Amino acid sequence: MAHFTKATSLHDWLNQRLAIDTLRRVLATEYWIPKNINFLWAMGMVLAITFGLLLISGIFLLMYYQPNVNLAFDSVNYTIMQEVGYGWLWRHVHGVAASVVFLVIYIHMFTGIYYGSYKNGREIIWLSGMLLFVAFSAEAFSGYMLPWGQMSYWAGMVITNLFSGGSLHADGLVEWIRGDYVPAQAFLNRFFMLHVLLIPLVILGLIGLHFGALRIPHVNNQDGEEIDFDAEAKKYLSGDKAGSKVIRFANDFMSKDMMVVGIYLIFFFYLVFYHYDFAMDPVNFDPANGLKTPTHIYPEWYFLWSYEILRPFSTNVGLIAFAFAQVIFFMLPFLDRSPNAVPASRRGLFKYWFWAMLIDMIILTAMGKVPPEGLFSTIGLYAALTFIGLWIALPFITKFEKKV
Amino acid sequence: MKNSSRRGFMGKAFGAVAGVGAVASLYAMKRTWDPLPSVKAAGFTTLDMSAYKENELVTEKWRGKPIFVLKQNAEMVKKAQANPKDMERLIKIGNDYFMVCVGLCTHLGCIPGYNPDEQSFLCACHGGMYDFTAEVTKAPPPRGLDIPPFKIDGMKIVLGEEGPEYKKMLETGVTLKV
Repeated sequence: MAHFTKATSLHDWLNQRLAIDTLRRVLATEYWIPKNINFLWAMGMVLAITFGLLLISGIFLLMYYQPNVNLAFDSVNYTIMQEVGYGWLWRHVHGVAASVVFLVIYIHMFTGIYYGSYKNGREIIWLSGMLLFVAFSAEAFSGYMLPWGQMSYWAGMVITNLFSGGSLHADGLVEWIRGDYVPAQAFLNRFFMLHVLLIPLVILGLIGLHFGALRIPHVNNQDGEEIDFDAEAKKYLSGDKAGSKVIRFANDFMSKDMMVVGIYLIFFFYLVFYHYDFAMDPVNFDPANGLKTPTHIYPEWYFLWSYEILRPFSTNVGLIAFAFAQVIFFMLPFLDRSPNAVPASRRGLFKYWFWAMLIDMIILTAMGKVPPEGLFSTIGLYAALTFIGLWIALPFITKFEKKV
Repeated sequence: MKNSSRRGFMGKAFGAVAGVGAVASLYAMKRTWDPLPSVKAAGFTTLDMSAYKENELVTEKWRGKPIFVLKQNAEMVKKAQANPKDMERLIKIGNDYFMVCVGLCTHLGCIPGYNPDEQSFLCACHGGMYDFTAEVTKAPPPRGLDIPPFKIDGMKIVLGEEGPEYKKMLETGVTLKV
């Protein structure tokens, strides 16, 4: 056993048993952050805070929510909204955060793409981030089921039908996933379990991995500069704080993070109190009815781009294109063949690739929302083909990029 | 050397025990997600076919899914007889012909609406169309509406049981198993 001495203070008592000084050094005061990074790097902290809001509001919703096909709708729309004191607050925080979290994830992803933060030793950060995106998607979908409204029911029907694999007709698999022939009690219960326990556990684990993956390669910076973190840290610790290219994470860099978080929270609670309805689909205020389909089924805004990639094609081709869209972002570090990890503006054709991809995904999102008719479905088809084309082109245009 | 082979053996023995346990628990997990016996047992619905009116779509429920029943009138039967593919999709009960099918679009599972004047179905979600025998007439749906397993019992049919007429439909490819 380690040698313990009589503690001189509570701090010392804890330090002997928990090594809190070492912990603080590793996690905060000697976790080095480059100085030249802008507000876009605060999105990680914004996401962590939003996840915290989702967790806390979710816990309070859980106290009155009933995972029963006969009671779920009223437990949300009557009990929580009307009876429970401040129940509406938790629901609006949860609903708005679920939507906004995807906006911030997309900003976080495109920041990473723009600055090449997935390259040269940072691949695991990118991969764990993409796994987090998938886990958040599953979390969002399973949560969307719970109020058991019309959109919940039919989203459950359509999304689980995707697992029949088109012409493979794996209907047995679909029934196994649902635990019934249609979304029903078994389906609601297991998606409730996924939403409140299993997927959140996975997310927490992945957040740990995502943070851990930053430790060795460190955070990238605005100029794509390769910083010798050991040397710069030594400079900082010896007193040359102005000359060092890095600063401590806590409390120095955190103050900038928290500034951005503060502005974000004002925007967030503005939405919660004044525009909560943007995250609520009107169709979902009709109770689930297995004998009546809503005229126009569409997912939440953050899934529209991949929905639109599925839509313009025949069933099988659509499913393949959809699967392609789901996995291709994982491949980014390996498809980008250029040695440069610098901002897109200083690279060759990649500069145009980045903006083309961003604009194409915005077009896909817009087309996914409108009914698939006439001009809209033509634009949707070309946007989907452009998406696939851009990814196929990526290794070629980056291969010939000159080292900067 | 002796010790390390002993550790190796213990490692392998543990691996074997854990492997058996892992496979067994995966099987248990798979079975836990299977539909319950009560869900499966409730998968039968009996319909009295003498109660339906001609060219009036009635939506019944079987396994939680909407079931379209459309009694064909003389004009529709005549039209169907001109096209043997249409005729194969109809079920003869007594002297009447019926279209019975799962009312979920074969594209992505929405419920198409019936227009009795045009005697056709339209799935508003993605524009798929079907005729009065629920055969597809306009893509994206890849095939006509699926016919649920049925067994004819006098003037009644039992949905969920596979009678000879249904088995023939499966063999000739008129419908897929649902």
